[in-house]
Amino acid sequence: MAPRLVSIGAAMIVALVVLGPLIVLMRLTSDQTTFSAADWAALKFTVFQAAYSAILSVFFGFLLAQALFRQSFRGRQLLVLMLGAPFILPVLVAILGLLSVFGHNGLVNTVITAIGLKTWSIYGIQGILLAHVYLNMPLATRFFLQGLESIPQERWRLAQALSLKKFIKFRVIEWPVIQKISLQAFVAIFVVCLTSFAIILTLGGGPRATTIEVAIYQAIRLDLDFSKAAILGLSQFTLTGVIAMLALWFLGNRNSLSGGLDRPKIIWNNSIIRSIMDWLIIIVFGLFLFMPIYFIFMKGIGNLTNLGPSVWSAAFNSLLMAITSSIISLTIACPLTHKWGEALGTLGIAVSPLVIGAGLFILIRPIANPFDYALYVTVLVNAIMGLPFAIRILRPAAEDIRQDYLKLSKALSLNTIGWVYWIFLPRLRKPLGYAGGLVAALSMGDLGIIALFGGAEFTTLPLKIYQLMGAYRMDQALSASLILLILSFALFFIFENLGRRSNV
Amino acid sequence: MFDFCFTTEFSGFTITAKIQLKNTGVYAVLGPSGAGKSSLLNILAGYSKISKGHICWKSDQIHIKQASERPIATLFQDNNLFPHLTVQQNLGLALTQWPWLLYKYQKRIEEALKAVNMSSFENRRPSQLSGGQKSRTALARVLLQDRPILLLDEPFSALGPGLKNEMLDLVARIANERNLLVLMVTHDPNDALRISKETILVQDGKVSGPIPTKIALDDESGPLSDYLRIK
Repeated sequence: MAPRLVSIGAAMIVALVVLGPLIVLMRLTSDQTTFSAADWAALKFTVFQAAYSAILSVFFGFLLAQALFRQSFRGRQLLVLMLGAPFILPVLVAILGLLSVFGHNGLVNTVITAIGLKTWSIYGIQGILLAHVYLNMPLATRFFLQGLESIPQERWRLAQALSLKKFIKFRVIEWPVIQKISLQAFVAIFVVCLTSFAIILTLGGGPRATTIEVAIYQAIRLDLDFSKAAILGLSQFTLTGVIAMLALWFLGNRNSLSGGLDRPKIIWNNSIIRSIMDWLIIIVFGLFLFMPIYFIFMKGIGNLTNLGPSVWSAAFNSLLMAITSSIISLTIACPLTHKWGEALGTLGIAVSPLVIGAGLFILIRPIANPFDYALYVTVLVNAIMGLPFAIRILRPAAEDIRQDYLKLSKALSLNTIGWVYWIFLPRLRKPLGYAGGLVAALSMGDLGIIALFGGAEFTTLPLKIYQLMGAYRMDQALSASLILLILSFALFFIFENLGRRSNV
Repeated sequence: MFDFCFTTEFSGFTITAKIQLKNTGVYAVLGPSGAGKSSLLNILAGYSKISKGHICWKSDQIHIKQASERPIATLFQDNNLFPHLTVQQNLGLALTQWPWLLYKYQKRIEEALKAVNMSSFENRRPSQLSGGQKSRTALARVLLQDRPILLLDEPFSALGPGLKNEMLDLVARIANERNLLVLMVTHDPNDALRISKETILVQDGKVSGPIPTKIALDDESGPLSDYLRIK
């Protein structure tokens, strides 16, 4: 059947892009390359920083979610909505915002030195953890909030009717949910932090705070040591592959709580002390999440007009690449909206872009100058990286469409093209817009593979920002990251809006 | 002549049939729920495969064909129209899959809509139609498909009694005018009595008949007496 051929074709592309470079890497390691002490240190640090980042994010996320769950106030909805934003916030924007608050001349250090304490350095493990918590804690908060809100109101009423003690109430009603979500959130954040690149590159570095991802980058970019890159890439693939499989297994069976009849929410009788604690938590974490973005706006806006043409052309490149990546990603994702398609698409999480990048770099090198292909490689790899998200969003809707309309389409003798044109795409429009926006925004803000391939002639906006930071042109870096911030969110909302202008 | 003689095994459930329908016209398909009425239609239309046996239409073996290539049009219980397409686009898909509609096709759609009393509804979407209007539109689509066999899987069961009878009469009229062979699954004996002289029985996976509808529905001695009395 024709649809199956399309599925297989899409699957082959993914397998080729992901596994092809791996095979290249494997062949390169046959020399006497060894895994040095420094590599072991990088491997250990990779796991260590990811585990700590995940634990801290889950813990703080839990605190904030509890407070938000108990308190209701004007703007709560907006705050919860904004907790979704860091997911598409470009990492470099977050880093620059955090530098403005916690950096050497930042707000926090100004206060600390004023009261006579030593300045706090954001560089090193503490900064890496700070940035990872900043980006991932909101995700954990939303997980917990959704979990707590999915507890049927009937259970709280029952607990009240039985006049259960506070501790028992917590043990019986909240704990099972919290336990499950803690585990899921931990695994999800752990996997993301394992392949984190830009944060380690900017805030870490040095022998004591290097991950495999950054070590691969350095092996290629600084030492031109390809067999080292190969062996590092393979170890990274093994590590993330095993953990991503475990994660899939953990996150796979999500059973929702049943039995709720959507009764109105019960009113909480919060004690005053509890309320004060909650408000403290909401204000502290609210400021923590909000201040960096505020500083990007405040400091970035002044210099917007002084930016050189190179920033604007980088921005243009990024926009074009993000849109192309997004379209490619959706095109590959659509035929993969079934069970084994999703499993395959998740490879995108298991393999780090740097590993693919390293493989492609070595693959292209004998034929041509890899730096000339920066554009194409980045677009393709970003499209593959977006696949897990795109498939996860599209699959439920696609399965519904097939369930509801495949029979009728057969009754009408529609062929594959007719089915896709008349039925599948029009009905999939909304999730397509959402997934497209997400992938576009993620590609827009990505500093991964382009750092490996990009050069003086060809840059994207995130790479340009990284270069500006490296040259200590902080004012311009801040302005450029304001542009990146606005463009990323604009892309997301434009895509999403295209999907929403539905004709149903 | 529509001739089907087959065995199909689902997980833990078998359907056997040995039926010869010599004439066109409306046949009711009656039987308790869960006996396999809808499964029978799915097999005939080609959504389920048969394990052994044959399905023949005028000496043509149709069980080896894909659902889309059989000389059969089907009206399902629901999802007969695509909600995001207009009435005209929905009907157009029975004629062409190109993104534009030739004038001759537009004319044919107009005629089909006229036949079911739905003229000037071309640009409405299904959400803007009443239940009866949706059924009429779906019926118009079946007319455009122009296939000799029509399968009805309780498509009018959501309509009120008056509207339902109106639709049944329309089906009977169209079947008569166009010389169609109609198999109509229903759980309402009155539907069968209204438009079908003969009835096919489905009980515990066994398909038998056809027998005259009046005999099938005799609640004292007929084959469905248990089912009818419990009702």
